Amino acid sequence: MKTDKITELFKQELKVINMGLETFADNLAELRVQTQQVDWKPPAGGDARLLALFDRLEANTALDIESANAEAVARIMHAKPTLVDIGIAADVVPGMHKKLVLHAGPPVAWENMAGPLRGAVIGGLIYEGLARDAAEAEELAASGEITFDPCHHHDAVGPMAGVVTASMPVWIVENTTFGNKAYCTLNEGLGKVLRYGAYSDEVINRLNWMAEDLAPILRKALQLRGPVDIKNIVAQMLQMGDEGHNRLRAGTSLMIRELAPYLVMLDEPKEKLSRILAFMHENDHFTLNITMPASKSSVDPARDIEGSSLIVAMARNGTEFGIRVSGLGDRWFTGPASVVDGLYLPGFSAADAARDIGDSVITETTGIGGFAMAAAPAIVKFVGGTPQDAITFTRRMYDITVAENDTYQIPAMDFRGTPTGIDLRKVVETGTLPAINTGIAHKDPGVGMVGAGLVRPPENCFRDAFEAFVERYGA
Amino acid sequence: MKRIIVRKDSYYDSVVLMSISAEIKKIDGVGEAVVAMGTEVNLTLIKDMGLDSDELRAAGPNDLIIALEGESEEVLISAESKVNELLRKKSSADGQTAYRPTGFESAVKVMPDANLVIISLPGQYAGREARKALQVDRHVMLFSDNVPIETEIELKKLAQERGLLMMGPDCGTAMINGMPICFANVVRRGAIGLVSAAGTGLQEVACSIEKAGGGVSQGIGTGGRDLKDKRVGGIMVRMAVEALAQDPETKVIAVISKPPAKAVIPNVMKTFETAGKPCVVHFIGAESAAGEENIHYAKSLEETARMAVALSRGERYTAQEFELPEEEIAALVERETAGMAPQQQFVRGLFTGGTLTDEAVFALHEPLGGVYSLDPVDPAFELPDPHRSQGHTIVDLGEDVFTVGRPHPMIDASIRTERIELEMEDPEVAVLLIDCVIGYSSHPDPAGAMLDVLQAAKSRARERGGYLAIVGSVTGTEGDSQNVHDQRRKLKSAGCVVMPSNYQAAKLVERIMARRASK
Repeated sequence: MKTDKITELFKQELKVINMGLETFADNLAELRVQTQQVDWKPPAGGDARLLALFDRLEANTALDIESANAEAVARIMHAKPTLVDIGIAADVVPGMHKKLVLHAGPPVAWENMAGPLRGAVIGGLIYEGLARDAAEAEELAASGEITFDPCHHHDAVGPMAGVVTASMPVWIVENTTFGNKAYCTLNEGLGKVLRYGAYSDEVINRLNWMAEDLAPILRKALQLRGPVDIKNIVAQMLQMGDEGHNRLRAGTSLMIRELAPYLVMLDEPKEKLSRILAFMHENDHFTLNITMPASKSSVDPARDIEGSSLIVAMARNGTEFGIRVSGLGDRWFTGPASVVDGLYLPGFSAADAARDIGDSVITETTGIGGFAMAAAPAIVKFVGGTPQDAITFTRRMYDITVAENDTYQIPAMDFRGTPTGIDLRKVVETGTLPAINTGIAHKDPGVGMVGAGLVRPPENCFRDAFEAFVERYGA
Repeated sequence: MKRIIVRKDSYYDSVVLMSISAEIKKIDGVGEAVVAMGTEVNLTLIKDMGLDSDELRAAGPNDLIIALEGESEEVLISAESKVNELLRKKSSADGQTAYRPTGFESAVKVMPDANLVIISLPGQYAGREARKALQVDRHVMLFSDNVPIETEIELKKLAQERGLLMMGPDCGTAMINGMPICFANVVRRGAIGLVSAAGTGLQEVACSIEKAGGGVSQGIGTGGRDLKDKRVGGIMVRMAVEALAQDPETKVIAVISKPPAKAVIPNVMKTFETAGKPCVVHFIGAESAAGEENIHYAKSLEETARMAVALSRGERYTAQEFELPEEEIAALVERETAGMAPQQQFVRGLFTGGTLTDEAVFALHEPLGGVYSLDPVDPAFELPDPHRSQGHTIVDLGEDVFTVGRPHPMIDASIRTERIELEMEDPEVAVLLIDCVIGYSSHPDPAGAMLDVLQAAKSRARERGGYLAIVGSVTGTEGDSQNVHDQRRKLKSAGCVVMPSNYQAAKLVERIMARRASK
């Protein structure tokens, strides 16, 4: 019999992983043996039915999930998201037309839409000139004349309500490795804005200015400068205290640095240029609408890989939280959107909060955002208060991911790559849910942002997806 | 009452400020509290809340705004000082939450060069974790019991394929590279390689080796079913023996197990015969058989140790039943039987170690004309109610039936002390036979934990006009934190006859009962 590894062990220094009674590790530690205690919990919460599903999946020995996932995550890491242009949604977003309203998250019908999304739809219809006021807009939305569809179904992503209508300008990010593109509107700033469900004249006027001045001028500057490598920008952001989802102060500054020299070269009135620069400067989240399509374009080539249990989309529409899995095609698996555990802006409290909403969780799907919490010491209040808490927060995410990012690194963790590529199986097995940072919208249309915090996604959507995965791939 | 403070050029992150605002609002008497940077959005919000003031007009995004509304001046003063305190507060560098991996995969990421995985999880989950470890070439010590036999077979076949140790399931003890794995004693390293299907068997042999001046190279546990169940077929015993045969540190191999299944014997014996080193074999309760010249059968755990030590030194082994001279044994027997009342006629063995139980049952079954136990020599002597002794009874209190919802008696002494309290009310008990296993993971003072109840049992017998003999041994070494000498001394102080080994303790009981019968 083969015993070489045993005789090898006899010559090695013992290094022990201990699962169970801690005494056994303590004994060895006392003798200066290196030990690692595991904080073990019954897999899948001890749910016998899910455990049987794991057995069924593991019994299919012909299936190589590891290789499929390795391929999927390699595609995510090989992605080269590049900001190439700004266009008008109707001209560039696949399938976009005048009577189509895109929204964040998995599909949702008008009558089931939450306050912020309803408000944003109303605003979108007014902005398009399809309705004169809220009452007309609601009537039109309910008439069946308008088609609603997730951004994700059109290579797009949208923060919060994520509403995109035909004449809105959008960033165009191209993943130059694979040639696919992703789209996202330009960020409107904080406060009363469409993405939080506000639709007052102030909101519509700002959107008009963005379409008439902001987008065309930024486009000219971008054309003068040439494409911007967003992967590089994100890598720098993480070294500068951003995590790419809730903290984008550094990233926004970098974008200003990229664009300012070209903006000032344009033959535009100084006042307009100054207003654009000031607009970017006053809104730390300006760059969120670039990191999001960058993430979307990075993860899309990892979709539809046979046998892969990698999560390729997470998104919320304010009513439901949904995920998609590489090996399970276009199907969404959903659960009720959660209440965000957060900190509130002056004058607001949890009673004002809408449920979790937005496509911005695409950042976590590609290994930044909440997964890179340890990179953003300024916002550690969200996760317990100290930089160490943030590191712990990020470290937990390595438990449910398949790779460490080769480009996105965390200085405070010895430049360890961010946890990248969420494995559905690991989420279900460990019960560790993806850590998601997010903003909080007011529950009523028209009010806007009330805070920011952490979301605990509904566990059932991961379990349902796992069940479907075993149905599809199990023995 | 309002108070608005603007601090020029004092930048704080908005998240920090949001949490401070939340804290201040909790103060009794505070209505509104906003601690925020003077951005346009924030200024508008503050104004909307009715906290407008002239100072705010000059405030900009780099200015800190503290806007408070409260019921009295005192409240506002205390709120303001609280804001200052929170702004100054330096959080502890350690944080509140430390990371620990939650599963095997993440543990391997933290310790990529781990070579051994100890698993003591509930049986229904343990197999899965063991499989994961073996699949990535890590040796496994599976302490858990209640692992199905099918799982054991699958795991051992996988280990065989990959050339890995798969110790267990239900494996309590191993000693790898001189380190105690789970329940084990401090034993010097040396030339004897141990392979044991039994946890306390390995401990008893290792401690006897230490006492005899020898040492242990490796101690490999295999779990009780490895040889006994033909479906497992002795995979791990054979692999362990072959590995020790290759190991230059090991000069003598000793194997301890219950008798193997018939179908397994030829393969196992062949492995011993081809080991190229002397093999001491002890199949608990089996007759010694003739074998090749490198195979030496021992009749007890202690003899296994002594034989192995002699062989490792190239010395001849001479058998001896008792360490003490015969006259002393006779005197002891006289002393212990002198005061017994006529109705005292039975032996009760209350053990914490499984193999020590087996050894005592096998040693005493025939001489006493049958011993009831949970794992009897003769099925007719299966103890009907595990919680009630009858006739001569020897039980392993570590059996599942006793440990439901409570720790093993090697850790929690109460299972045995409660049982002794029961036994001491039985006037027919003549001898109480006990073990006392110390070392890593065991109770910090098992003898001490028994003292009161042993003394009480003695007095109860005296009150009835009889004498209760208590005989036992300590499995342990001087190096163990509980110290074998201290434990022996404590047992002696309770009137216990402490023998040098479990086997000698059983043999002394045999002599006591023989003397008792002759009276």
